[in-house]
Amino acid sequence: MKGERREWPLYEVFIRGKRGLNHVHVGSLHAADERMALTHARDLYTRRNEGVSIWVVRSDAITASTPDEKDPFFAPSGDKVYRHPTFYDIPEDVPHI
Amino acid sequence: MMPDNDGAHESANAAGSDAGEQQLQEHFDRTIAHDQRIEPRDWMPEAYRRTLVRQIAQHAHSEIIGMQPEGEWITRAPSLRRKAILFAKVQDEAGHGLYLYSAAETLGADRADLTERLIEGRQKYSSIFNYPTMNFADVGVIGWFVDGAAICNQVPLCRSSYGPYARAMVRICKEESFHQRQGYELLMTMMRGTEAQRRMVQDAVDRWWWPSLMMFGPPDGDSPNTAKSMAWHIKRHSNDELRQRFVDMTVPQAEKLGVVLPDPQLRWNEERGHHDFGTPDWSELKRVISGDGPCNAQRMTRRRAAHEDGAWVREAASAYAAKQAAGVAEQQQQEGRAA
Repeated sequence: MKGERREWPLYEVFIRGKRGLNHVHVGSLHAADERMALTHARDLYTRRNEGVSIWVVRSDAITASTPDEKDPFFAPSGDKVYRHPTFYDIPEDVPHI
Repeated sequence: MMPDNDGAHESANAAGSDAGEQQLQEHFDRTIAHDQRIEPRDWMPEAYRRTLVRQIAQHAHSEIIGMQPEGEWITRAPSLRRKAILFAKVQDEAGHGLYLYSAAETLGADRADLTERLIEGRQKYSSIFNYPTMNFADVGVIGWFVDGAAICNQVPLCRSSYGPYARAMVRICKEESFHQRQGYELLMTMMRGTEAQRRMVQDAVDRWWWPSLMMFGPPDGDSPNTAKSMAWHIKRHSNDELRQRFVDMTVPQAEKLGVVLPDPQLRWNEERGHHDFGTPDWSELKRVISGDGPCNAQRMTRRRAAHEDGAWVREAASAYAAKQAAGVAEQQQQEGRAA
């Protein structure tokens, strides 16, 4: 069994729960290829009608930001309070705004 | 570079990383203290990671081995309805194992390595699956007791501090509810049957009650890892708290079903607001955990055989995938030449 340590690659699975919703990450699985990953994802993550659409993507194909919350990567949005509606003072008696 | 310089460089680095590590540790501690989740690529203490990998792997192995005691009854289920239910349940157990292996992998564990550790007996699984299923009522009692105990254990784990573990537990808990209910319903059906069927149910209850109580692990005084796991918010309640919760939950269900739980010391304690109950045979738990239960050898042999018997399927799928990939590459090359 040492000989077969050549493992099937890992795939991340995303499921659209129903029409109108985004695909959401639900977990991962191993498969020999994309088609098998889809079949496995169906068997593993939608045994009770949890999805109407599945995406699978090789885990090693994902590029991610660093996990640190204080990552300067996110700094540009930190000081731009004017991007939020609450930044603007509008008198109470102005309707529909 | 001179060897001396090398040494100096290293020690300077170590001092720097000590300070850095302390900062990371503080950030981790704050996250836990605020009851927020730790996510896969966050810094975490090595001991936290090790504890989680061990617990999640053991949990995953339990789900996989847990397919066996009931799986044996799929071909012998008394009706198509029961067969379909049991099949779905055993399939769920496989699914639960896979959700958990997937969570363990986010901590850097390797799937093939985990399987190997189980097969070589280097990682454990729940003691309960080393008991035999003697008659069909056992299938019902496993659903009622074993899945009931699992629910007690697992509902608090949905708030575990490690994100992927907690999310796997949410999925699992949703499905466990079906497991417990199908078991109880099966037993209700048998209790409405003949005297012989009622005796089968009582016999199964007698055999599974104490091993089910042992599922919660050793008593708190004898569970050295509990304090640390609770401080890290991996575990939310101690073994004894969960065991008490299970007993309190199960007693009225037993009354309703019309069976007797095999514990002469079991009675309601008004003062505590809980049931008092007898002490499980902890030496038996130790024996079963260390490999000397009624079915340990059988379970491991079966798991090993399943793995070995499946080898050709894994190889064939890999070969097919490689061939398809090569075919696509060749086609692209030809198209390249044609263009």
